[in-house]
Amino acid sequence: MPPETVHAPVAVVKSGARADRSRERARAARRRRLLVFGARVLLLVGLLGLWEGLARAEVIDPFNFSMPSRIWDQMSQWALNGTPQGPLWEQIWCTLYEALLGWVIGVLAGVVLGIALGRVRFLADVLGPYIKVLNALPRIVLAPIFLIGFGLGPASKVASAVVLVFFPVFFNAFQGAREVDRNLVANSRILGASNRQVTLQVVIPSATSWIFTSLHVSFGFALIGAIVGEYLGATKGLGLLVSASQGTFNAAGVYAAMVILALVALVAEGLLAFLEKRLFRWKPADSSDGR
Amino acid sequence: MNSHLSPAIELRGTSKTFRTPSGGLHTAVRDLDLVVGRGEFVAVVGPTGCGKSTTLTLISGLEEPTRGEVLVDGEPVRGIGDTVGFVFQQDAVFPWRTVLSNVMAGPRFRGVPKAEARQRAREWLARVGLAAFEDRYPHQLSGGQRKRVALAATFVNDPGILLMDEPFSALDVQTRALMSDELLELWSGTGASVVFVTHDLEESIALADKVVVMTAGPATVKEVFEIDLPRPRRVESVRLEPRFIEIYREIWSSLGEEVRITRERGAADAA
Repeated sequence: MPPETVHAPVAVVKSGARADRSRERARAARRRRLLVFGARVLLLVGLLGLWEGLARAEVIDPFNFSMPSRIWDQMSQWALNGTPQGPLWEQIWCTLYEALLGWVIGVLAGVVLGIALGRVRFLADVLGPYIKVLNALPRIVLAPIFLIGFGLGPASKVASAVVLVFFPVFFNAFQGAREVDRNLVANSRILGASNRQVTLQVVIPSATSWIFTSLHVSFGFALIGAIVGEYLGATKGLGLLVSASQGTFNAAGVYAAMVILALVALVAEGLLAFLEKRLFRWKPADSSDGR
Repeated sequence: MNSHLSPAIELRGTSKTFRTPSGGLHTAVRDLDLVVGRGEFVAVVGPTGCGKSTTLTLISGLEEPTRGEVLVDGEPVRGIGDTVGFVFQQDAVFPWRTVLSNVMAGPRFRGVPKAEARQRAREWLARVGLAAFEDRYPHQLSGGQRKRVALAATFVNDPGILLMDEPFSALDVQTRALMSDELLELWSGTGASVVFVTHDLEESIALADKVVVMTAGPATVKEVFEIDLPRPRRVESVRLEPRFIEIYREIWSSLGEEVRITRERGAADAA
């Protein structure tokens, strides 16, 4: 018997089995995703249920800890009838505006200075110790000073967001600029790149992955800066809602503002992740999954 | 070769001393005399870590000599010249640029208009057989393909002097032979003078007109051998010729001694 006749059917069976197996694998992956999602929802519902139950049974004090149903009522009341300071969306937008503006300014300043100090040894040597000292200070205590200086408007909140955002971004950009592959720099210089071209086309692209890691953390910082600033004194914003609720012993109000903030942060994080994916198309897929 | 013109590269009594992180002084190259004629392919062999790569960085202008002179086209080297091409041992392609954009980088850095740079880059990509891969990113290529990108990115600048620092040492044996053939083919049209650093004696004989044997570090020239094998050469077949084996034996008797010295030193350091 010629060998081909034996071979052919085996090959067919094999490829059939392979198709089966890959379908099987796809199904298993789908099942796993469902399971993870289901477990997540179950955990949330369970915790909220426990909270509600314990508060209703007065095992924990609902005056201090409130309960999910009251928080929900508070949120829907704010959404439908507006807050004491005006419509809810206006408060959200105000906080988001301050945080975003502070974040953008802080990030730009951090990136520019980080790259500059990473590239220019002299600057790094002169400014290095001062930056370390400033970083060691608890910068959030500057918020009252900004309030005195810039008043009750958004400017004081933006300023406190900036000082919180600047440092993590700066340190990451600095590190990123320092850790550029020396081969790559040597190669681009041989290929004819000027100092400026090396900075713009080699150092900055290689530092972007460092910078992006700090962007995630720093947006949270920007929100903190804006909220604390509003809490200390403002005419609008979620931080003011928190402090107003505190003033009327309304724990549900504090929690409700927190939930809204969490949602805002989650959306921002999602947008950032989307942007990152677009920007890092050149990276091998496995390394970006592993982060 | 044009005898009335100065040689492409000339090193006269060149030494290079580095300061080590611990504060000591390390002499990588000492009293180096080397002449590379125009259009000549010179291979530099020596024990690992002897200072061969330093020689290249001196010629390229990336580093300055501590003593002595480095002349390119009869002129002392000041900074990085624009006639120099350098192929590094490690991948030095830009990971965030596509293959085409990588090859365009050199001309673009030098101010060539975009359209022209693109056209030149496409030509060289076709010559290294990567025309179909121009939209890929480096991480999507194999090691040999990335090396081809590096070659195209170097040749597209039309270098008069080509410095290569163990460019194929990270590749597997088959790919290495293939790339050596390709290099000879790419080089043959350009008239560039080549300094090719390697620790692989077979590779150096197969490629070069002249093999320079370096001493154990600090490196200086020990002996120079002319390779009289006819061109064009095929790397895989030339190494089976009796003359090749004869030359190999001759050079190894010189190089082997230096390798032994380096090894004994390493053993002494470890002890």
